[in-house]
Amino acid sequence: MFSYVIRRFLGAVVMLFVVSVFTFGIAFIVPRIAGGSAESLASRYVGRTANQQQVAEAAERLGFNDALVVQYGRWAKAIFVGADYNYGPGVEHCPAPCLGYSFITHQPVFPELMDRLPVTLSLTVGAAILWLVSGVTIGVISALRRGSVFDRGAMAGALAGVSLPIFFTGIMSLAIFSYKLGWTAEGGSYTPFLQNPGAWAYDMILPWITLALLFSATYARLTRAGMLETMGEDYIRTARAKGLNEGKVVTRHGLRGALTPIITIFGLDVGLLLGGAVLTESTFSLNGLGKYAIDGIINNDMPKVMGVTLVAAVFVVTANLAVDLFYAVADPRVRLG
Amino acid sequence: MKLKSVGVIAVSVALVAGAASCSGNNGGGGDSSSSTTKNEFNAALTKVFNPSDKKGGDMKFAISSDWDSVDPGDTYYGLSWNLARLYTRALTMFKVAPGDESSQLVGDLAQGLGQSSDGGKTWTYKLRAGLKYEDGSPITSKDVAYGVSRSLEKGVLVNGPTYFNDFLDLKGYKGPYTSKGKTNPAIETPDDTTIIFHLNKPFAGFDYFAMLPATAPVPQAKDTGAKYKQHVVSSGPYMFKTYAAGKGFTLVRNPNWDPATDPNRKALPDSYSVEIGANADDIDQRIISGGLDADIAGTGVQPAALSQVLGQPALKARADNPLAARINYTSINPQIAPLTKKDCRAAIEYAADKTAYQQAYGGPLAGGKIATGLMPPQIPGYQQLNVWPDGTDNKGDVTKAKEALAACGQPNGFATNIAYRAERPKEKAVAEALQQSLGRVGIKLTLKPFPVGDYFALYAGKPSYRNGNNLGLMVNSWGADWNDGFGFLSQIVDGRVIRDTGGSSNLSVNIPEVNNMIDQAIVEQDVNKRNADWAAIDKRVMEEAVVLPGVWASQVTLRGTRTTNVFVNQAFGMYDWTTMGIQ
Repeated sequence: MFSYVIRRFLGAVVMLFVVSVFTFGIAFIVPRIAGGSAESLASRYVGRTANQQQVAEAAERLGFNDALVVQYGRWAKAIFVGADYNYGPGVEHCPAPCLGYSFITHQPVFPELMDRLPVTLSLTVGAAILWLVSGVTIGVISALRRGSVFDRGAMAGALAGVSLPIFFTGIMSLAIFSYKLGWTAEGGSYTPFLQNPGAWAYDMILPWITLALLFSATYARLTRAGMLETMGEDYIRTARAKGLNEGKVVTRHGLRGALTPIITIFGLDVGLLLGGAVLTESTFSLNGLGKYAIDGIINNDMPKVMGVTLVAAVFVVTANLAVDLFYAVADPRVRLG
Repeated sequence: MKLKSVGVIAVSVALVAGAASCSGNNGGGGDSSSSTTKNEFNAALTKVFNPSDKKGGDMKFAISSDWDSVDPGDTYYGLSWNLARLYTRALTMFKVAPGDESSQLVGDLAQGLGQSSDGGKTWTYKLRAGLKYEDGSPITSKDVAYGVSRSLEKGVLVNGPTYFNDFLDLKGYKGPYTSKGKTNPAIETPDDTTIIFHLNKPFAGFDYFAMLPATAPVPQAKDTGAKYKQHVVSSGPYMFKTYAAGKGFTLVRNPNWDPATDPNRKALPDSYSVEIGANADDIDQRIISGGLDADIAGTGVQPAALSQVLGQPALKARADNPLAARINYTSINPQIAPLTKKDCRAAIEYAADKTAYQQAYGGPLAGGKIATGLMPPQIPGYQQLNVWPDGTDNKGDVTKAKEALAACGQPNGFATNIAYRAERPKEKAVAEALQQSLGRVGIKLTLKPFPVGDYFALYAGKPSYRNGNNLGLMVNSWGADWNDGFGFLSQIVDGRVIRDTGGSSNLSVNIPEVNNMIDQAIVEQDVNKRNADWAAIDKRVMEEAVVLPGVWASQVTLRGTRTTNVFVNQAFGMYDWTTMGIQ
C-alpha cells in the first residue's frame, strides 16, 4: 500500500510537470510557431499607444527575448523560491509558491487564486453533494423499478438535464426564481461561509441546483446502469437466498458494487470543477477560479491562465489519487499491487 | 481607443434645477426646460431626467469585463474617464450638463481654463484654494505635476494616452521612475497653486490635455507605480474603501472633499458599489428588475434584452438612445493593387450597401446612424459630407461603382481580402454584408478573421502583414479621445502615427496634405476656425477613398428604477456617472 501511494505521488508530480510544460507551450511557444516575435508578444501588454522602443523594453522586461527553456525555468523556479518584480518606483518580492505576476493587474497570481478558491470550493462542494445524493437515489429507484413511470420520467428528465447547457438553465432559473419570483439571490451574490452560513447557502442555492442538475442526470443514468448489472449478479441472489432483507441487499451489496464507477467519475468531476466551474461561474457572475481563467484568456494574461491550469491540475491529480485509494475501501475486490 | 472607451471625457456637475431642487451654488443652473420627470424613451438624452438633490444611498454599478485601470495615470477607457471623476479631480473638465453644453471645458482643480503664452507653447493654470486629499493633506501644484510626470512612464503605466509624452518639452526626461532624482523640465510649479506647462510645439487645445485624468494629483510618497491602482489616493468627493482587482470596488464619501472648492459635482449617493465581471445578460436583467442602477460600460443592453426593452412600452420608457462619439468603419488599404488606384477604391465607396452595414451593427437604434464621413455629428465643427453618394436609399450606387471600376481598369471587378476581429460577430456581419454588396459589381471579398487581441499589434495594424497578405479591406472602429476634431480624428487620419511594428488604429490613411492640415489645425488659436479645419480634414480624407464610413455608433441604454439626475453626458456618449443620485 505504502509503495503504491509513493508511486502514485511521483506519478502525480510528473503529471503536473507535463501539464505545466504544455500550458507554457500553448501560451508562449504556439504564438512563436504562428510567426509572433518577442516584440509582437510584448505588444499585447503595452497598451495601444506604445512606440517601438517601448515595445522592445516591454519584451525585455517580460523576458520574452530569452530562450523558451530559460523562460520556463524562470517560471518554474519562482514556484519554489519566489521572484522579484519591478512595479515602477520599487521592487516587490513574490514569495514561493510564486505562480507569476499578472501582466495586466500587476499582482502575484497565487494570492488571487487563493482569494477566489473559496467561491469555487463553495460552488463545487454544495453542488457535488446535491448531485451525488439526488443522482444516485434516482438511479437506484429507477433500476429497482425498471420500466415504471418513475423510471421513464426520470430518465427522460436526465436526458434533458444532460442536454441543457448551464448558460441556458442558469439564465432561465435566474430570470424565474430571482427576478420574477424573488425567491433566490440575484446573480453575482456571494457571502463567505464564515461570515454568514445562512446567507452563503441562500446565495449559492441556485448555482448549486443548476450545476447539480447537469451532473445528477449523468449520475442517475450511470447508477441505474450499474445497479441493473449488479442486481443481476449471483452474489445478490445468494444474499437474497440467505434471507437478507431487500433494503440491505440493495444498499450493502447492490449499490456497493455499482458505486465503483460512480466514485471514479465523481472524483474526476469534483477535481475538474475545483479547477474552475467556468460556465456556472460566468453565468452567475461568481468570482471563482473559472472566471479568473476566462479573464486571463480574454486579456492574454498568461500568468493567470498558467496559474489556474496548474491549480486545476493539482486538484484533478489529487482527486484521482484519492479515488484510487478509496477503491480499496469501497470494493474489496480491488487489490492494490 | 478601445471599444468600451468612447474615449472622451467629460464632466460632472449637475445641473438640474427644476422646480424643487436647485440648491444654491451647487450644480449648474438650469430651468424646467432642461429637465423632465416624464418617464419616456430618450427622456435623459438631452435633459436631466428625474432631477433631485436628495443625498444618500448606495449606488450599484456593474460591468461585464474589467477595464484597463482605475489609476488616473494609466487609463484610456471612456467609461473610466467618466467614473474617475468620482475619486479624482483633473485640472479641467467638461461641463457637467446635458446636450451640447457638455462640450465646454471648465476648471476643476484649476480656477478656470489655462492661460497660453509663447504662441501656444506655454500654458499656465492657477489652482483653487483649500484643495485636500482624502487624508486631509493639501493638494498642491507639485502633486499635479507629479501626476503628469508619472503618466509619462509608459513602461510601467502602459495604458493611458501619450499626449503629454508627445507634446511636453521633456528634454530627455522620462518620468520619476526612470529619470530618478531629476525634475521634469517641462513643468514648472513656482508656488503651490501655479502650474506651468512648456510644450515642444504650439498646441492650441491644451485645455483638453488638462482634462485628462493624468492631471489628477498624486502624492509622490503614496505612488506605488503599477500597483497604485490598488489604492488611488482620492482628490474627489469619494475615496476607495475596498478594491479587488477584477472583482470590484467600493467608494465612500471623502470627508476632506470640500464642496465649496468644487462647483461641478453634486456627490449625492453616500457610496458606490462597482461589481466587475458580472454576466452581461444578467446585468441587463438586474437593471430591469431594479437590483442594479446602471451598466457602467455604457455600451447598451445585450441583444437578448434589446427586443425585450424595445418590445415592452414600460421598459422602452426607461431607455435612451445616445449617440457615442464612435465611428464603425472599414479601412481601405491603398498600398495593395488594384486599390492603389483611387477609382478602384471609389468603386467600393459607391457599391457598399450602408443599410446592410447598419443592420450588421444592430439597426438604427442599437447599431447607429449611417455615416458619410468619419467625424460624428456631435463633434463641434461637424459638417455633413456627401463625397460618395450611395444612392437615395443608402443601398449603394451600382451604376457609379461600375463606372469607377471601368475607370480603374477593372471593369469586371477584382478580388481582395477583408479582415475583421473573429470574436466580434458584428464585424463579421459587416464583412459578410460587404462581401454581398460589393459582389454586385464583381468585387470578390474573402473573409479573414483575426483574434481581437492581436488585430492591431500583429495583423491588420501591422503594415508588413496587411500588405503582404492582401488585406484590402479591414473592418475598424474608433471612439474619440474627446469631442473635438483633434480628439476624434488625429489618431486615425494622421499618417505619422502608423508604425512598422504595428499597433496603430490608423490602417490606411497617410496623406501628406492631410498631415500638413493637421499641423496647421493644432496651432490654430481660434476655436471656430480650428473646428472648421478639422471638418476640412475629414472631407479631404473622404476624397481619397481610403476609409469607408459605416455607422456612427449608438446604443440602447437603460435607466435604473430608482436613479435621479440621469442624463447622457455627450462628452462620453453615456450617462454621467457623477451626477446620478438615488430616490
